[in-house]
Amino acid sequence: MTKDYRNKELISNLAKIIREEASNDNYRFMHVCGTHEDTITKHGLRSILPSNIDVVAGPGCPVCVTHPEKIELALKLLEERKNIILTTFGDMYRVPSKYGRSFSHAKAQGFDVKVVYSISDAIKMAKDNDDKEVVHFAVGFETTAPSTASTLLQDPPENFSIVSAHLIVPPVLDYLLASGEVAVQGLVLPGHVSTIIGSKAYEFLVDKYKVPQVVAGFEPLDVIIALKMLLKQVKEGEIKVENEYDRVVKPDGNLKAKRLMNEVFKQEDAKWRGLGKVPKSGLGLKPEFEKFDASVKFDVEPPEIARDIEIGCRCSDVIKGLVKPEECKLFRRVCTPYDPRGPCMVSIEGTCAIAYKYGRLKLKN
Amino acid sequence: MQIYFMCLGVPGKLVKIIGARGIVSFGGAKREVDLSLIEKPIIGEYVIVHAGFAIERIDEGEARKTIKLLRETFGSF
Repeated sequence: MTKDYRNKELISNLAKIIREEASNDNYRFMHVCGTHEDTITKHGLRSILPSNIDVVAGPGCPVCVTHPEKIELALKLLEERKNIILTTFGDMYRVPSKYGRSFSHAKAQGFDVKVVYSISDAIKMAKDNDDKEVVHFAVGFETTAPSTASTLLQDPPENFSIVSAHLIVPPVLDYLLASGEVAVQGLVLPGHVSTIIGSKAYEFLVDKYKVPQVVAGFEPLDVIIALKMLLKQVKEGEIKVENEYDRVVKPDGNLKAKRLMNEVFKQEDAKWRGLGKVPKSGLGLKPEFEKFDASVKFDVEPPEIARDIEIGCRCSDVIKGLVKPEECKLFRRVCTPYDPRGPCMVSIEGTCAIAYKYGRLKLKN
Repeated sequence: MQIYFMCLGVPGKLVKIIGARGIVSFGGAKREVDLSLIEKPIIGEYVIVHAGFAIERIDEGEARKTIKLLRETFGSF
């Protein structure tokens, strides 16, 4: 099945039709998912699109937009409480906060930081180390938040707590479109976020901004089909939310996952790195789950950080799709995946890291 | 399978169910996953796995329909 979605002939034929159908107007479509950027760049899709169709990456990498205040909070917990094991997903491990501090630096200083694949691994660690406190750095969009919710509802051990850095996607799309700074003719919506929240969750953006939207899967054919659907909407003026990824995404999403999320989390204003405070875009724990909030449990206040991006780093413009990684003076010269200056270069889902890895590839055989 | 990819969802086949957990085969490589987000999982079905949790089942029929339609319309098979 996956093979079909990578069929070069189908992809090329669809791209040809897109080239024919796109008039001389300029089209700018934005996706908001690191995995979409990976698919587009890895398979060289931009090289087969006409030059007047620009596909830009929005704030689709949860690690990149995690505010350094959250990282600093976790570091402060490690420094102030001596018996903590901090668990984190791998691509959060090297993300710098202020002064280039990161979880990996903390580890080098002797603090107990462990990389886990799943929150389930963190729970196991808490059970195996009952003389220690395990704090899990819970990061990710709606794709990941239900797993955190489900874990907290499965009676976790008393020595387990989290720093909730979960963010949600529709409010940030609302925020970006309202700003007027990001002028796009259509949105490619993230397939696995939408798997949880459903395609209907974006309909308010149609009413508010008349923006065409298509939920897309992650194979190259998925993305090309989604772009073709967007183009059709723009040309025919029939604006709606369509679902290209209907083999997985349902209009109402995963009802069980949504129910668990709503049981545990409440929406609250949250800071996005490089974007500022976005109303109702973060997930905080409801009062009955506060005992699992590491900040409350250990009475450690989150620090305030004024500057969230290093001077010279253009990550905040990159995540709004305003500039391409190559337009940043630091890109490749001083900022590389081996010595990243900004968050977009750290995460393997970051737009800069993907551009560094693949460059401007042509369509693969 | 790149295990540290934040939002990546990997399709795999559910081969065993043990309470709220199960074993998913990714083209042969097996891994234990949490099934608590799936309503009534069934052995043999395909699921999308993200960060150790099955987040949704895959409707293979829909996928086949899409590909068939595309081939008829745009392919030259």
